[in-house]
Amino acid sequence: MSKIKARKGAPYARILGVGGYRPTRVVPNEVILETIDSSDEWIRSRSGIETRHWANDEETVAAMSIEASGKAIAAAGISAEQIGAVVVSTVSHFSQTPAVATEIADKLGTDKAAAFDISAGCAGFGYGLTLAKGMVVEGSAEYVLVIGVERLSDLTDLEDRATAFLFGDGAGAVVVGPSDEPHIGPTVWGSEGDKSETIKQTVPWDRFRAGDLSELPLDSAGNVKFPAITQEGQAVFRWAVFEMAKVAQQALDAAGVTSDDLDVFIPHQANVRIIDSMVKTLKLPEHVTVARDIRTTGNTSAASIPLAMERLLATGEAKSGDTALVIGFGAGLVYAATVVTLP
Amino acid sequence: MAATQEEIVAGLADIVNEIAGIPVEDVQLDKSFTDDLDVDSLSMVEVVVAAEERFDVKIPDDDVKNLKTVGDATEYILKHQA
Repeated sequence: MSKIKARKGAPYARILGVGGYRPTRVVPNEVILETIDSSDEWIRSRSGIETRHWANDEETVAAMSIEASGKAIAAAGISAEQIGAVVVSTVSHFSQTPAVATEIADKLGTDKAAAFDISAGCAGFGYGLTLAKGMVVEGSAEYVLVIGVERLSDLTDLEDRATAFLFGDGAGAVVVGPSDEPHIGPTVWGSEGDKSETIKQTVPWDRFRAGDLSELPLDSAGNVKFPAITQEGQAVFRWAVFEMAKVAQQALDAAGVTSDDLDVFIPHQANVRIIDSMVKTLKLPEHVTVARDIRTTGNTSAASIPLAMERLLATGEAKSGDTALVIGFGAGLVYAATVVTLP
Repeated sequence: MAATQEEIVAGLADIVNEIAGIPVEDVQLDKSFTDDLDVDSLSMVEVVVAAEERFDVKIPDDDVKNLKTVGDATEYILKHQA
């Protein structure tokens, strides 16, 4: 047996910069009401959503990611050549091979950075952040770009009154790099595959092979519906509010941070009712700034946390150096929570 | 000790008051959570979780949709409480 040499990276890691991209088209609830029997009041009271952004043909998963990443890299004060790895979390990039991360790494001008996609639904940002922290500390990359990006408008059933209003498009990115002090806490994460039916794609892609279109759901015009994301609202709500509040508390405990020490709470922007109930269940003090970006962004899955982070910093509601609790949760079911210092 | 029907209704009234702001005296057996008490499908989940804790009972997601009225919930809790 030969002795294998190990590598050592930075003592710790931190988020050095964040960037976001929201598509140019703003879609108000009135547009959603053209295809479902509902009301602006109902949508606002059940979800908090007033408007969301939907991408146009040019605003691809790669294009939105490149825009968001450019801002994150500039904010981090590094150059693209310094990035050693690009991690992209998405469920809505429809060309599975190759990974979209490679195109993004190339177009950003990285120097052959390692690049790959991950699938962890609405927890994707936390999963990517955890991988990035490991890479920086292990030394396989000095700087890692983590991107959460979705075009969920492509996976929305506009005739489903329970979800037609919910989803939005966009990209959020952070640069994770070396630090002398810990600025990303321990991740509390996991999966509950026994609840996989509660959030899922309506129909798997392989059902669309020629000759196998029988028994597929049809739209009002009689055409086979494209796959969309569906969920069991009450079951997801219960899990998100009550189980995820426990996970959030575990992440605070693991980081040695009390809710009194906390400045900012950035949960996945799933639904404003989930956010409000989590705040109540966690008994967060009044001084904690809570991200409610969902009102004007909708639920953008893996992109929601970095997008909300970017907006809080841009509006001055949060500031660099603030201590933030971030928690993502969604299809899988999967979850990831950690405490970070804002860039 | 298991709660009586009266105690359960009073407990549910407190919970609905806390979550939906409905006066406790309005919470009666024949009242529908959605139609009469301003408890929508998501608030209903909060009512159910609070009731689970208060009455030491498990109410699975699949059963929640059958609890249309305060009477339905009271009967369920009476039957299932530990």
